This record gives sequence, structure tokens and C-alpha cells, in this order.
Amino acid sequence: MIGGLFIYNHKGEVLISRVYRDDIGRNAVDAFRVNVIHARQQVRSPVTNFARTSFFHVKRSNIWLAAVTKQNVNAAMVFEFLYKMCDVMTAYFSKISEENIKNNFVLIYELLDEILDFGYPQNSETGALKTFITQQGIKSQTKEEQSQITSQVTGQIGWRREGIKYRRNELFLDVLESVNLLMSPQGQVLSAHVSGRVVMKSYLSGMPECKFGMNDKIVIDKQGKGGTTDDSGKSGKQSIAIDDCTFHQCVRLSKFDSERSISFIPPDGEYELMRYRTTKDIILPFRVIPLVREVGRTKLEVKVVIKSNFKPSLLAQKIEVRIPTPLNTSGVQVICMKGKAKYKASENAIVWKIKRMAGMKESQISAEIELLPTNDKKKWARPPISMNFEVPFAPSGLKVRYLKVFEPKLNYSDHDVIKWVRYIGRSGIYETRC
Amino acid sequence: MPAVSKGDGMRGLAVFISDIRNCKSKEAEIKRINKELANIRSKFKGDKALDGYSKKKYVCKLLFIFLLGHDIDFGHMEAVNLLSSNKYTEKQIGYLFISVLVNSNSELIRLINNAIKNDLSSRNPTFMCLALHCIANVGSREMAEAFAGEIPRILVAGDTMDSVKQSAALCLLRLYKTSPDLVLMGEWTSRVVHLLNDQHMGVVTAAISLITCLSQKNPDEFKTCVSLAVSRLSRIVSSASTDLQDYTYYFVPAPWLSCKLLRLLQCYPPPEDGAVKGRLVECLETILNKAQEPPKSKKVQHSNAKNAILFEAISLIIHYDSEPNLLVRACNQLGQFLQHRETNLRYLALESMCTLASSEFSHEAVKTHIETVINALKTERDVSVRQRAADLLYAMCDRSNAKQIVAEMLSYLETADYSIREEMVLKVAILAEKYAVDYSWYVDTILNLIRIAGDYVSEEVWYRVIQIVINRDDVQGYAAKTVFEALQAPACHENMVKVGGYILGEFGNLIAGDPRSSPLVQFNLLHSKFHLCSVPTRALLLSAYIKFINLFPETKSTIQEVLRSDSQIRNSDVELQQRAVEYLKLSSIASTDVLATVLEEMPPFPERESSILAKLKKKKGPGAVSNHLLKTRKACLTDIKGISTPSPSADLLGLRAGPPVTAAAPSAGSLLVDVFSEAGVNDDGFLRFVCKNNGVLFENQLLQIGIKSEYRQNLGRMYLFYGNKTSVQFVTFTTTLNVQAKPVEPLIEGGAQVQQVINIECLTDFSDAPLLNIKFRYGGALQNLTLKLPVTINKFFQPTEMASHDFFQRWKQLSLPQQEAQKIFKANHAMDTEVLKAKLLGLGMALLENVDPNPENFVCAGVIQTKAQQVGSLLRLEPNAQAQMYRLTVRSSKDTVSKRLCELLAEQF
Repeated sequence: MIGGLFIYNHKGEVLISRVYRDDIGRNAVDAFRVNVIHARQQVRSPVTNFARTSFFHVKRSNIWLAAVTKQNVNAAMVFEFLYKMCDVMTAYFSKISEENIKNNFVLIYELLDEILDFGYPQNSETGALKTFITQQGIKSQTKEEQSQITSQVTGQIGWRREGIKYRRNELFLDVLESVNLLMSPQGQVLSAHVSGRVVMKSYLSGMPECKFGMNDKIVIDKQGKGGTTDDSGKSGKQSIAIDDCTFHQCVRLSKFDSERSISFIPPDGEYELMRYRTTKDIILPFRVIPLVREVGRTKLEVKVVIKSNFKPSLLAQKIEVRIPTPLNTSGVQVICMKGKAKYKASENAIVWKIKRMAGMKESQISAEIELLPTNDKKKWARPPISMNFEVPFAPSGLKVRYLKVFEPKLNYSDHDVIKWVRYIGRSGIYETRC
Repeated sequence: MPAVSKGDGMRGLAVFISDIRNCKSKEAEIKRINKELANIRSKFKGDKALDGYSKKKYVCKLLFIFLLGHDIDFGHMEAVNLLSSNKYTEKQIGYLFISVLVNSNSELIRLINNAIKNDLSSRNPTFMCLALHCIANVGSREMAEAFAGEIPRILVAGDTMDSVKQSAALCLLRLYKTSPDLVLMGEWTSRVVHLLNDQHMGVVTAAISLITCLSQKNPDEFKTCVSLAVSRLSRIVSSASTDLQDYTYYFVPAPWLSCKLLRLLQCYPPPEDGAVKGRLVECLETILNKAQEPPKSKKVQHSNAKNAILFEAISLIIHYDSEPNLLVRACNQLGQFLQHRETNLRYLALESMCTLASSEFSHEAVKTHIETVINALKTERDVSVRQRAADLLYAMCDRSNAKQIVAEMLSYLETADYSIREEMVLKVAILAEKYAVDYSWYVDTILNLIRIAGDYVSEEVWYRVIQIVINRDDVQGYAAKTVFEALQAPACHENMVKVGGYILGEFGNLIAGDPRSSPLVQFNLLHSKFHLCSVPTRALLLSAYIKFINLFPETKSTIQEVLRSDSQIRNSDVELQQRAVEYLKLSSIASTDVLATVLEEMPPFPERESSILAKLKKKKGPGAVSNHLLKTRKACLTDIKGISTPSPSADLLGLRAGPPVTAAAPSAGSLLVDVFSEAGVNDDGFLRFVCKNNGVLFENQLLQIGIKSEYRQNLGRMYLFYGNKTSVQFVTFTTTLNVQAKPVEPLIEGGAQVQQVINIECLTDFSDAPLLNIKFRYGGALQNLTLKLPVTINKFFQPTEMASHDFFQRWKQLSLPQQEAQKIFKANHAMDTEVLKAKLLGLGMALLENVDPNPENFVCAGVIQTKAQQVGSLLRLEPNAQAQMYRLTVRSSKDTVSKRLCELLAEQF
């Protein structure tokens, strides 16, 4: 039960203020500004409590979104809602910026009225919202349209309206993963996990029923039982163990529970079908080998080797290695074999950028860092070397096995639908200690 | 950017600062700072030949970054380098950086000290000033060690520039405050004092701050400053407003200097030299006269400066407290301020008047303003001013105006702020009792008090009413009538019900004749309140009911019915249930005679001899007490100090020893007692300490004094802990001992505790314990307390172990009649062997086992260590269990010791 929702710019000025419940007074707006945005110490917790009022905030570039409540609410629900709110706003006016918010404030109030009712989150499906909250001026609706909207909003399938027609039935499926790693200097994996999302864009006519299949270990094993031993051995290698997953509301959970099959009637347009996390058998796309040598009190030699660890035919992109430098660095010389490297004083790091790199290659950088002797006895903490990249495969090993579409009422079959599948693996927090 | 001369502008710094200010977010600011730090590092690292200008610029940037809250761990060396520059701006930045950033344990301190030394010895006044400012700003112990010797020399040197002298004086003051042990004035004292004669007013102003601080520590050394200060003051006061040119502030000549001079004089008693005194009195008169003159300017600064001097002068007059003429004039002046439009002035006037009221000379003068003060209490907007007004009313109260003041305070209490109500209630209660002329007035007042502010009335206050009513036959009927009327109100405070229950239970019969207050009416009235009260009150009411049965047999059946009801006889509270059961049985079984005996009217409460109030009452009759107490407070104090007769507990209320009817008896000494026995020697705690070293010596509503002591041979150390039990701070807290003691903090915060250490050396044997006199101000009222410190001769015992044979040999040696002291006395406590043993051990002597043929007896041996001599003592204690008696025999090599020991011990068993 969210009591109110405020949006601030970076200066703490209120852009949007919507109060849903009487227990939230006007002074709550100021309380958050004074105690969080203008706080002397940076507030790191996303949940703060002042005068028995809880504030949940997220930040998008320079914009603060804060949900306020006096009750003991489910914090995860509130954050889920705030993120959803961000998604909805991006869907309506692309980037969330001060200017965009100011230009669309009528729309935002309209949206806030719709997706929160007396503080309870309502349907926040962009596709559905777009049918009745439009950016064009007021469109007079016919009686049928009105009743249609009513039946849709209140009906069983709130996320899809009836009577959608496309000439070309098309379907896009993206598997987006971010891989997180913490590795010791000796190359031992201290922690690693992948969090992934399956994002779909569907342009399908009618009310199609879809079925999505992937190499989930449980499903494969179940099927493997009936097959030959040889077959099961092969499939066992390729299947993945999913630690936990969440689905879009359109997925029939009862079916997933009983048969572990993912079947659903998709919303129209773009949506996130599922979210998952794996921790076993992760393919680490890069290996970072650091070598740091302190030469006296005033010099430091750093050598970093990166090795790509995937099929040579694939190309990794946007590679960036960030090597932290001590706080008393007074000068840096860098030599690298590939890409460009630069000492960024403002971030206290050497940043090495490589545009493209094929699999099973290696590259290295060496740097000499001059230090200024200080009277501070503290030793440099040696923060880890971090890395960013993008690879065209799923580091978790997830594969889409099938995506079937059935529309019994209309005259197109599974074969007529054009399907596109794409895998993108990105780095999350990918760090190696040095 | 303000325009600055070329080359000094430090454009880089200005750009950097404006960059920082333009940063949109914290992250951006951190990035910009990191970049700048890296740049400065590379600059400091790279070419060694960094010129002074860029060094200054970068050091400035570092300073700015530091002030933004980031850590700076380099650049100190460069800053120190700047110190040796010859350019003022570069030196200044260097010193600035060092005073802000260098911590005392840095290894650079030697270099810094060197640079400072160079600057101090240079003849350039600006450089000297910079160095002095740096020393004062850092103000560390190291700095004091290095320069405490140097600075006085600069201060008194003949050729030092005036500006440097000023800085040197203030710098020395700062060092003195941080490490007084290192600043030794000794030989410089007289020359520093003579700075008061300096031509330059600035130097005098700076020097006087130093002298005031120094003279507070050792007043004797700086005694000579009094006459100099007086002459300086008279020159300033008598000068025309144009004489002092730069030092005239809005037509007031040198106001700061005047205030400081007056404050310095407040450190000393009135000058003995007649001429000096005459001159000072003249000055003070002039100041008072000037206050009467029409203002020379309408500006607020003018009046502020003038009033500052005036108030300082008035506090000096109050401090001297010897010039009746001046005191009265000061009082009149303050009276004018009481009606001033400025709230601050009114506040200050009320505050000063409070102190004036306690002076015997001006008390009458203060009293003339009573109407104004009462008006202030009623109409003042600011609560702090109202509080002062209440304080003043309390202070000015005496017999002549007590009725009026108490009435005014009571009527104000109805609308008073919650924050001051508790204090007001206390004051009204104290005043009402202190100045009570007839007791019916007193009863009226206190009942009114309970009616108006029941929540704030403490237990002691209503105990006291009951006590007085019981002790005075003449008010009993009146009191019964009054409480009966008060209880008629639909909503009564619980305290009122308590008083009502108690008094009607005792004296309900006195008003029973009136049909409007017939017994049954009384009972029903009380019982109608019963269910709204808490358990202790209900218990009290039950006791009142059983008394009713005795007083009015006709109510018996009604009351028995009530007692028999389930809500009483089956009450979940044990106390109530027990009372109900017992009273029910008592009323049904006992005959009327028995009932009449058991439930007899309460006997009068004993008025204890110890209380000063009781004593004075006996001497002068109840009416004269208060006057005597107030008017001759000073005389009294000295008198009473002489009275050292040991006296029993000062518990005037004595409800503790009261009959069983009042279940809720006070457990600690009560407030009212403290008020009245304020000047008496309090030694009920004293005897408890003969056999122990630690514990609570004294405790009342305001103050708790704890003691911790340790003794070795003829030396002892005693820690006194003064705990403030209230939430208000005690000011001007002083303790004086008729032996030497370290001074104690003059201020005790509410709820806080301060400690005082007393070192004791026993020179020779003694029988009188040292007296400790404690004075402090709580709220407006001066509290005075005299305690016997529990230092007794036995504290210096060294135990001596000896065998039976040795003991009796020595016992025989000490056979002269004056060497022995014997006492036979009745046991005060149970005769428990273990307790006796513990007490004897606590005495400090060695308890010798298997010495006396009779195992029941105790024998002890010990040597008293004094500086002059050692006194061996032997002791024998023979308890007689049948007769509950003891025989105590002490033999020692000195007759006085035997006697004293015997006296002390006789009280212990």
C-alpha cells in the first residue's frame, strides 16, 4: 500500500507528487528531500525511515523516484513497482530525464492514476496501458471501444486485447544475460553467477497460444529417461540448472508447476517473458591475469593479460578493462598490444578499451605507475580489476529449443510465423583481484 | 570573482572552485577533485623547481579540497616550504594550511616549529603576527612546550609593536587554556600587569583577557592589577566620547575594554585601599549616572554597548555587596529596565535582580518592584522571561509579602507553561510553608496547589500538609471542612483524594454535626472517587473506611458491605485484598473498645530536634522563623557552624516511623526538610562511616554525595562524588573545607556527577571531624549544606597481629587510669557475631582470635599512625547476650585516643 509517489530532479525540486493516502502529509515531500537528496552524508540505503514514514527510492540518471508509505509494506513489491514505473515511462517517452518528465507531466499523472489505485499496484503492462492512455489528444471513443476496454481491463486476459491483426506474424526473442564474477589473483573463482532475462517482442494476430522450450535440466532429464543412454549423456552436458526464475503474468504457472512447460498467451509488443539465475557451469568469456610489482616506494609496475575463452568464430565487443591505480599516483606510462589505454585521473584508474576481440586470443597491457611519497602510513587497498564486454552467446549455456505458436481460430500455423532468436551476454560485475 | 591584483589572483584556483560549484552531482564533484589531485601530485612530483606562486596555488587548492571534506595526505612539505618564503601571501597560505591540516604528531612539527621560531625572531611585525596566530590556532601541547617561554618575552619587550603585543597576549591566553602547567608567568607577572597601563587600547584589551584568566588561577600574584584596572576604568569612564577616537563605539568609549575591566574586578574582593575604593565607587556611580542620560544615538548598538557596561557594573556591585547606596541605585536602575520594551533587557534585569534580592542591603529595594514583576509573570510573552520572573518572586519573598506572592504564583500556575510548572509548584510549597502565618492559610494554599497542578505535586508536599494538620489541633476542623468541600468537585486529582481520605478518616467527626456532611455523605463522597484511583490511594481509602467505622458506628454496615464485595475481598492486588480481609474481620470481631484503641486518632508527629527549623521555632515561635532565616542568613551560617552537637536524623516528616495506616511512606529524606535544615550540620551519615570506607554520605531530592576513600598509614585519599539528581544544572557550585581541598567544578549539569579528591594526612590524633560546606544555586535559590566528613581517628589504624601472651602483657603495660576508657551500653542492633566481626575489621584493627579466655569476647589490636607519633591501641568488647548490653574497653598509649575511640565505637553496636 504505497501512500504516495514523488519524483524529484537532481536538485531536489519536486517534479511530480501524487499522494494516494491521507496519512502521508505534504511535509513528507520535504522530509525526503532534506534527509536523502540533500543529506550531508550520501544515503546508500534505498529504503530510509523518517518520523515513522518509509521512503523507497530508485534513481534514474538525475531523477529520483520515491515511494512513501506509513505502513509495513512488502519492500520488494514497492521496488518492483518502481522499476515497472520506470519501464512504463521509458515506453511512453523513451529516456527518463527532467525535461521529458516536465513535458509529459499530464501523462505521468494519468499513468499514476491508472497503475496505482489507493496505493495498490494495478495493471502496469505497457501494451495494455497504451490502448487507453495515449499521448495523442483526447480521442472520442465509440461505445464498443469503451466496452471493449472495460472488458479487457476487467477480464481474464488483461494483457492482450482481442482482434489484433498483422499481415506478417513475427516474433523476436532475445536472451540477455549478465555474468558476474569475482576471481582471485591465482585464477580461482571465488563467486560467479549469471542473471538472465528472456525478452520477447511479438507481433501475432488473434489470441495465439505459445509454448517456449529451453534446455532446462529437469525437462531434459525427464525426456532423457525414455531415450537411449547415449542420448541422455549428450543432452546432460548441454542442459543447464536454473536456480530460480520468475515469469511474466501471462505464463500459466500451474502448467509450469506440473509439466514444467512454459505456455502463455503473449501480450502484444515488447515484454519480459522470464527472468532467471544460474550459478553452475558458467562459461567465463574472459580470463584476466594480473601481475603487480611494487618497485620501491615510488614506483609500481602493472601487467595485465586478458584471454578470451570462447569459440574463435565469435567476436566479443566493447571490451573495457579498468585497472585501479593507487591514490598517490603522480604519473602513468602505458603500453598495450591492442586497443587503446589511458590513465583517467578523475576515476583513479587506467582504462583499456578494445573494440573487438575473437575467441581463443590473448592480449596484454603493461603500465608503469609513479607514486608520490606521502606521510600516510596506510597501505594501498588494491581494489580489483574490473572488466566490461559484450559477447554473442549466453554464458549460462541456455539454449532456446523451440517456441511454438498455435492459433486455432485463425488460419496461420506455427510454420508461418517468422521467429528471430538472439543471444547477448554482457558483463555484470566482472572482477579479478590483483 | 573580486578583482585582485595581477599575479596574486590564482586564476587556476578560481577556475577550480567554479568548476566544483558547477558540478551537477556528487559523483561529478568527486571526479573533478580526483583529477585535480592527480594534477597536483604530478606537479609536486615532477619538476622540483616549482615557483612560490604555483606552490601557493596548489596548496590553496589542497586546502579547498580538504575543506570540502576529502582527505589530504600530501602537500604538507610544500606548505612548510611556503613558510620560509618572504612574500606575505605565500607565508600566509602556508600558515593557513598548517593551522588547518597539520596534526600534532606529524614528523614535520620540527620543521614547522623552526619556521615559526624564525618568524618570531624576525623584526617584521606581520610575520610575527602570522606565527603567533598559527601557534594559537594549533594550540597543541607541543606548541606550548616549544613557545611558552618565548611568547611572554615578546609580550613584555619594549620594542615590540602594538599589533604583535595583542597577538602575543591572546596567543599566550590560548596556550594557558590548553596547558596551564607549561605557561609559567613568574618573573613576567608584574610586567604583564603593567600592560594595563599601555598607551594602545588594543593591547590593553588583549592583555586584560589574559590577566583575567591568569588571576582566576592565582589571584594573589595578580593582586596589583586591581588598582591599575580601577584607574584605567576611571579614565575611560570619565573620558568624553570623542577622546578615544578609534575605540569609541557608537558614542560609548571603549565598551569592550570597560566590560572586561569590570569583569576582572569581579575576581577580587573590594579594594582595601580607601583611595582606590573611592575612585572605583565614583566610576560605578558615573556608569549608573550615564544610564540615566538620554541616549546619544537611536541606534541599537549604542544602547547595547551602554547596557553591557551597566550590567557588568551592576554585577560588580552585587559581587562587592558592601555599598548599600550603590546596591539600591542598581536596583532602581534595574527596575526601570523591568518595563523596557526590549525583551532581552527585561530578562537580564530580572536575572540580576534575583541576585540583588539575596543581598541584605537591597532586599527592601527589590521588594518595591513586586507589582512589576507580577505583571511580568502574567503578561510576558517569552517563557524564559516568565521563568526569571518566577525566580525573582521567589527570591524577593519574605513574611511581609508572602501571601500576595503565593497567591499570584498560584493564580499564574493555572496558565503556566508545562515546562516550569514543576518548579513553580515546588516554590509555592516551600514559600507557603516557610512563611505560613496561620495554618488555615497554609492548608488552603496547598490544597489549592493540588487542585490546580496536582500532577506536579510531589508526595512530600501532601505528606507535609497531613503532618501539620495532625500536629495542630486548631486547624483540624477547618482542614476537614476544606477537603470535604474540595472533594465535592466532580474531577479531583488523586493527591487531593489522598489528602481527603486521610484527613476525613482522622477528623471527619469534627464536621459530622452538619447534616450536609453527615458521616454517610462523607463516606459516599470518598467512595465515589475510589474506583478512579490507583492502588496505593485505594489502600489509603480502605484505611480511611475502617477509621470511619470507629468514628461513626452508624456507617459500619455500609462499609462492611463495601469491604465484603468481590472487588475488595477478592481483589487481584495483594495489598488491597489483605486490607479488605483484615479490616472486615477487625470490624466484625473486635469490640468497640478494642476498635477505639486500634483505630485511635494519630498521635502528633514528633518534631525532631535536629532540624534548624524546629530549633528556631522553639526559640521564637512559629511566626518569626522565616524572617529570621532570611534576614540573618549570613549571621546564621556562621553561628550554626559552631553548633556541632551530633543530632539524629533530620527527617522532619518522620512518616517512616509513623503508624501502619499509611502504607506509602517516603523512603528517602524529603525535600522540605532539606530546605529548612539547609544550614544545619548534617551528620547522620557520619557515624555510618566509622566502620566502612565507601558509601553514600548524604542524599536529598537535589543532591547525592557519595564517598570512596582509602587509607594507608597516616595518609588517606577521599573521593567525593557530587551527583545532581535533578534535570536542572547547579551553578556556582563551591565546596569549602576547613582543611585544604582541591576546588571542584563550579557547574554540575542536570543528572551529571562531578568528582572531588581530598588528600588527607593525619598529623596528630584528633577528635573533631573536618566540616565540608557545600553551596550551590539550584534554579534561583541558594542551597547551603554543611557535612561532617567521615574521617575518624580509627581510619589510620595499622592492624597488629599478636599472640595471647603478648596481648595481655601489653594490656597490663597500659594500666594507667587515664589510658583506659570504658563504656557499658545497650545494643542498638542484633548481636550477631559475624556482623560484629565485620564491623571490628572495618574499624581497621586486627581481630585477634584465641586470645581472650572467653570465646564470646572480641579483642583487637592496632597502631594508629600519625605524622607526629604512633599510638598503640588495644580493644576488648564483651557482649552480654542476655542483657543485650556490651562492655567496651579501650586502652591506648594516649588518653585522648582511648576516649575518642570509645565514643565512636559505642554508637556502632
